[in-house]
Amino acid sequence: MTPLQGCLLVSSLLFAIGLAGAVTRRNAILALVGIELMLNAANLNFIAFWRYGPNPEALSGLMVVIFSIAIAAAEAAVGLALIIAIYRHYKTANLDEIKDLKG
Amino acid sequence: MSLPFIIIAFVTLLAAAAAMSLRNLVHCALSLVVALAGLAGLYLQLDAQFVGFAQILVYIGAVAILIVFAVLLTRSDAVPNQTVLAPGWSVGIIVSAVVFAMLGWATLNSPGLARDMPSIPRATVKDIGDHLMTRFLLPLEVIGLLLTAALIGAVIIAMKEEPRSNSSGSRGNEAASFRKTEPPHVGPHEAAKGGRS
Repeated sequence: MTPLQGCLLVSSLLFAIGLAGAVTRRNAILALVGIELMLNAANLNFIAFWRYGPNPEALSGLMVVIFSIAIAAAEAAVGLALIIAIYRHYKTANLDEIKDLKG
Repeated sequence: MSLPFIIIAFVTLLAAAAAMSLRNLVHCALSLVVALAGLAGLYLQLDAQFVGFAQILVYIGAVAILIVFAVLLTRSDAVPNQTVLAPGWSVGIIVSAVVFAMLGWATLNSPGLARDMPSIPRATVKDIGDHLMTRFLLPLEVIGLLLTAALIGAVIIAMKEEPRSNSSGSRGNEAASFRKTEPPHVGPHEAAKGGRS
């Protein structure tokens, strides 16, 4: 197994763990954490392909990861603000109990 | 694959699995910190120093702290009595296992991925700065705009809702009561006729 394949296997396992957590957990915050893990798995893929791919001097994969980290920070801030607003309205962060569109 | 890479990858995956499976949400947040630090170590192993330290700064310094704050603000730090898994969780586990099997099969069977590695690329902070200021200038500006909008939006969403003023509330009540007390004296035929004329 080459190092690139090792990186890709690690990132796909991380993606699977994040997907399982985002789908199966009841708490809204844990679903967001699962999404963050999936995003990080994609970032690891970009870094691995930049490191072992052809033409690494263009720094394309590195730049995509830097922008992706910035977008992930914005996404986490807005997502957690939404969770706090929902908690204030419904008094729960349990995804199964939030089923009314019109509160 | 070097031995440090394997060790860091193992710790990262273990911490990620713990973050997704522990019952106490505070423990989940702390395991997430370990997983993100392990990912930063993996980036350092892959010769991406700038991204590794940016990962530590942004994820461990900001996102993990935000998540801990959200856990404490929503008062979900107590261990729940009932199950923490949603109904139908086995389907989710099966779907993610299938996804991993497919990705792993594709990784191990692609002939393009089995080449030997080229020389170590040079990515100093100066190179990254040069690229950010020349080729990636427009994305940088867009990211700045996005971060500003997200900051303002997050503050507005999480702001405490103002109680409705009396005038608008009473007007709404009057309208609702008027609609309720209005007798249904217009039959469907007359209404249709009126609509046609």
